[in-house]
Amino acid sequence: MTATNTKGDGQSVVREELSSVVIRFAGDSGDGMQLTGSQFGATSALMGNDLATFPDYPAEIRAPAGTTYGVSGFQVHFASKDIRTPGDAPDVLVAMNPAALMVNLAQLKPHGVLVINTDAFTPANLKKAGYDHNPLEDHSLDAYRLLAVDITKRTLEAVRPHGLSSKDAGRCKNVWTLGLLYWLFDRDPMPTTQWLETKFRKMPDVAAANIAALRAGHIFAENTAMPNGIHPYQVPKAELPKGLYRSIDGNTAAAYGIVMGARLANLPIMYGSYPITPASSLLHHLAKLKHMDVTTFQAEDEIAAVCSAIGASFGGALGVTGTSGPGLALKTEAVGLAIGAELPLVIVNVQRGGPSTGLPTKTEQSDLLFAIYGRNGDAPLPVLAAATPGDCFHMAVEAVRIATQFMTPVILLTDGFLANSAEPWQIPDLDSYEPFPVTFQEEDTEDFQPFKHDANGVRRWVKPGTPNLMYRAGGLEKADGPGNISYDPDNHQAMTKLRANKVAGVANTIPAASIEQGDTTGDLVYVGWGSTHGAITQAVAQLREEGHSVSHIHLRYLNPLPRGLEKLLRGFKHVVVPEMNNGMLDKVLRSEFLIDAKGIDKVKGLPFQIRELVEDGRQRLGAKPEKNSNVVAMGAE
Amino acid sequence: MNATIPASALKKKDFASDQDIRWCPGCGDYAILSGVQKAMADIGAAPHQVAVVSGIGCSSRFPYYMGTYGFHSIHGRAPAIATGLKLANPDLHVWVITGDGDGLSIGGNHMLHALRRNVDLNIILFNNKIYGLTKGQYSPTTEVGHVTPSSPYGSVDLPVIPARFALGAGAGFVARGYDVAKELPELFVEAHAHQGASFVEVLQNCVVFNDGTFDEVNNKKTGSDHRIWVKNGEPMIFGQNSDKGIRVNPTSGHLEAVELGNGITEADLCLHEETNVERAWDLSHMKTLTAFGVLYRVEAVAYDAAVRQQVADIHKKKGNLSMEELLRQGHTWQVD
Repeated sequence: MTATNTKGDGQSVVREELSSVVIRFAGDSGDGMQLTGSQFGATSALMGNDLATFPDYPAEIRAPAGTTYGVSGFQVHFASKDIRTPGDAPDVLVAMNPAALMVNLAQLKPHGVLVINTDAFTPANLKKAGYDHNPLEDHSLDAYRLLAVDITKRTLEAVRPHGLSSKDAGRCKNVWTLGLLYWLFDRDPMPTTQWLETKFRKMPDVAAANIAALRAGHIFAENTAMPNGIHPYQVPKAELPKGLYRSIDGNTAAAYGIVMGARLANLPIMYGSYPITPASSLLHHLAKLKHMDVTTFQAEDEIAAVCSAIGASFGGALGVTGTSGPGLALKTEAVGLAIGAELPLVIVNVQRGGPSTGLPTKTEQSDLLFAIYGRNGDAPLPVLAAATPGDCFHMAVEAVRIATQFMTPVILLTDGFLANSAEPWQIPDLDSYEPFPVTFQEEDTEDFQPFKHDANGVRRWVKPGTPNLMYRAGGLEKADGPGNISYDPDNHQAMTKLRANKVAGVANTIPAASIEQGDTTGDLVYVGWGSTHGAITQAVAQLREEGHSVSHIHLRYLNPLPRGLEKLLRGFKHVVVPEMNNGMLDKVLRSEFLIDAKGIDKVKGLPFQIRELVEDGRQRLGAKPEKNSNVVAMGAE
Repeated sequence: MNATIPASALKKKDFASDQDIRWCPGCGDYAILSGVQKAMADIGAAPHQVAVVSGIGCSSRFPYYMGTYGFHSIHGRAPAIATGLKLANPDLHVWVITGDGDGLSIGGNHMLHALRRNVDLNIILFNNKIYGLTKGQYSPTTEVGHVTPSSPYGSVDLPVIPARFALGAGAGFVARGYDVAKELPELFVEAHAHQGASFVEVLQNCVVFNDGTFDEVNNKKTGSDHRIWVKNGEPMIFGQNSDKGIRVNPTSGHLEAVELGNGITEADLCLHEETNVERAWDLSHMKTLTAFGVLYRVEAVAYDAAVRQQVADIHKKKGNLSMEELLRQGHTWQVD
C-alpha cells in the first residue's frame, strides 16, 4: 500500500504504508539514546499510533565510551493496529557507533534497515567494539539495507552558527538522527521542537542548536536519494477505542494510582523511599505532587523508608514505600511489624534481575515467592501485580483499597519493563472508581479494644491524637481484643489463623478468575502475571489463528488467588506458566491446587518475545513450526 | 488538638497505663519512667496528644507502661518510625525511647539521620553500657576490657560516647542525666521545649548484668565529686564542698576539671555556654568527671516544620490540583 504527501519543494513523496514498525536506537550510554527513543515514541503516540517502548540500558551511568558494555538501547514499536509488546526484532536499527552495531545487529530482521553513523567507525572505536575489520567495508552488512551517513560531521555543520563547544555540538547528533527518522517515517517534528524549547528553556543556545540539528536531519533525509530499498514510509493512525489518551509508563501510572487510591480512601499520603533502580522515579513523581496531599520522605536507607511509612500509617496517613528486590529484602522485618501491628501499608516492588544486586537495569519477575512468603514467622499479606504500564494505575488503587480496608501491608509487584516502557493510555473515567473512605475509630465506647476484630478479622484504625482511645501497638504478639502483650499459646494460634484468614478473605473483594482470551476449556492455557501480558496475548492470538485450542489467564492478584481459578485451570489439558524467573507461579499453582503446571522460564533480563511463546505452543500441541511468522519484515520486497 | 490542659489538672498517674511493669526489681528504668511521667504532667499535654515510640530492648518496653499512644517497634528503627509519625501527625508530641544497643548499634544510622535532619522528636537514650534483654553481652558503650558472655577475655571494642555521637550528627539539643537524679524530669521538660531533635542520654543502672557501673557518679556520698550539673550562664563549680570546677586549660585550650586553690580561683572557672559546640564536645567526655544537664542547645528549624512549610508554599503557589487535571497534564490526544 502507498500514500503520498508533499515535500518541502512541492513535489509529492510516495510513501509506503506499513501497519507496524519496530525501531531500535542504540549508542553509547552518553549518546542520548533513551531521549531519542522516548521522543520518537511520544511523537508516535501523539500521531495516533498504538505504541510500546522498551528501554534497555546498562547499570553504569557512563560506561567507558565505545565499549560494548556501555551500549544503551531504546526500542520503539509503533503501529496502525493493536500491539501489546515492543516487538520481537527490530525492522530498523540505528547504530551510533561500532559497539552498538556489534551488540544489536544479530537481532535486526533479515533485510532490515540499518542506519549507521560512519563518523564513529574509527579504528579505535572498531577495536574497542571487537571488530577486526570495518564492517562498513567488508560486505558483512550486505544482507541489510544500509543507510550510512556521516552524522557527526553533518551535526557539527548544522549547529555551528549557535556557538556551542565542540563537545556540546557533538551531543546534538542524536537529535539530528531523530530528524532523519522523523522524515523517513513521516513524523511531525513539532512536538519534539516544543519539547526541546521547554527542556532547554534556561539554555537558549542549546535549545536552538538542538532544534537546528533536528531540522538538518529532517532536511537531509528529504533531499537525499535514499539507498536502494529504502523509501519514505508511513504508519497510519491506529484504531484505538474512543477517548482521551496520553502516553504513560508504569512508574508514572503507579505513582498516580497511589494518589488516586489515597483520594478514594480520603487519606493524605506519606511516601517514604530510598532511591533504587528501577523504582526511583516513583519517588520523583510523587515528590512533585506536594500540593495533592503527598508528603515524600527520602529516607537514609530502605529500612527507614518502610519504617517511616509504617510510622505514618500508625499516625493516620496512608504510608507507602517503593523499592526493588534488594530493598524489599531490607524491608522485610518492618513489613512483619506492619502485619503484626495491623496497619495499612502499600509497598510497590519494581522487580529487577537478582539475586543480590543482580541486574539492576534489567527486568525480571523473580520476587514473586519472596513477596508472598518472604518474611519471618507466619506473615501473610496480599500480593498484587500490574500487567501493563497503564494497569499500574488501577492496581495501585487496588493496593490502597485492600491495605486500608483490611488494615494490612500490600505488595504491588511491577517490574523494570513496566516501569520504563510507555504505551498510549486511555485516561480512565475517574467517576467509575467507587470511593472507599477510611473511617477512624473516634467514639469513646466503654468496651473499646484496639485489637478487636470484625467478622473479616479487621481491627479499627485509631488515629493518635484521638482522646480516650490511647493504645499501644507493637511487634510482640497481642491478645486478640485488648492488644496487650500475650504469650498465651491458644491466643497465638488464634491470632496466626486470624491473620491468615484475613488475607484469604481479600479474595471475596476481587474479581473472580476469568479467561482473558480464548475458550474456558481446551488443550492449553497460558497462565501469566505481570508484564508478560503483552507477549502472551499476542502469542495466544497467533496460536488461535493457527487453529490451536489455547487460552490465556492473566493473574493480577497473586495472594490470595482469585476465586474459581482452580476450576478454570482444570478445564485444560496443559497448564503452562511463562515467567521471567526460574519457575515461581507454577510452584504456587502446584502447591495450591495439586495441578501439574509447567513453567517456561526466561531469565535473560529481557521480556518474552511473541515468537518464543508461539514456538512453545506449537511444540506442546504438536504442530510443525511455520517457516514465516505473521510478522512480516518492514518493507520486505 | 493543640489545646493543652492546665498543668495543674494533670498528674503523673495520668500517664501510666494499666499494664504490669515487667522490668527487673531495682532496674534504673523505673526511675526514668517515673521521671518521664512527671515531666509529661508538668508539660501539660494530655495523654492522647503524646506518642511514645521505641525499638527493642529492656528500655523499649517503655511504651506499654505509658497511658499515651505508643508503638513498640523493631530493633533500632524507632527514630525512623517516629519521623514518619511526626510527618503524618505533626500535632503529636513524639518521644523516642531507646537504649545503647538499640539506638547506637543496630539503629545508629537512624539515630544519626533523625538528629541531623532535626526532626522534632524527644529522644531518650537509656545507656546501661550492656545488652540486658539478651543477657549481658557487651554493647557499643561498654568499656574496653569488660568481661561479658560474649567477651569472656574482655571486650576489645572501643566504646562510642553517645553525647559526642549526637553532637557529631548535628543535634541541636544534647543533654545528659542519670536514672535516679532528681533533676531528670526537668531535663525532659527542656528536651520537650526544644524545637527539633532533642537527645537526652540517661545513665541507667542494670542491676542484673552491669550493676554499679555508674556508682562513681551517683554514689550518694562521693558522687558529687565526680559529677557536675551544668546550667547555661552559670559558673561550672562542683564537689561536695564546691571546691572543684571546670576551666579552660591555658595550654590545650580544652576544658578540664580543676581543684580550687593553689592559685586557681573561681575567677579562673568558665561559665557554661550551652551554644558553644566545642565546649559541649569537651564536656561530653571528661577524664575524672561526668557532666549532666543541657550540654548543648541551639535553635534551628525543625525538619517536620520545614516539610510542612514547603507543602504550604507549594499549595499557595500551585493551588490544588485535581486528579483529572493531573492525568491530563502534558500531551494528550483525543481518539474519536
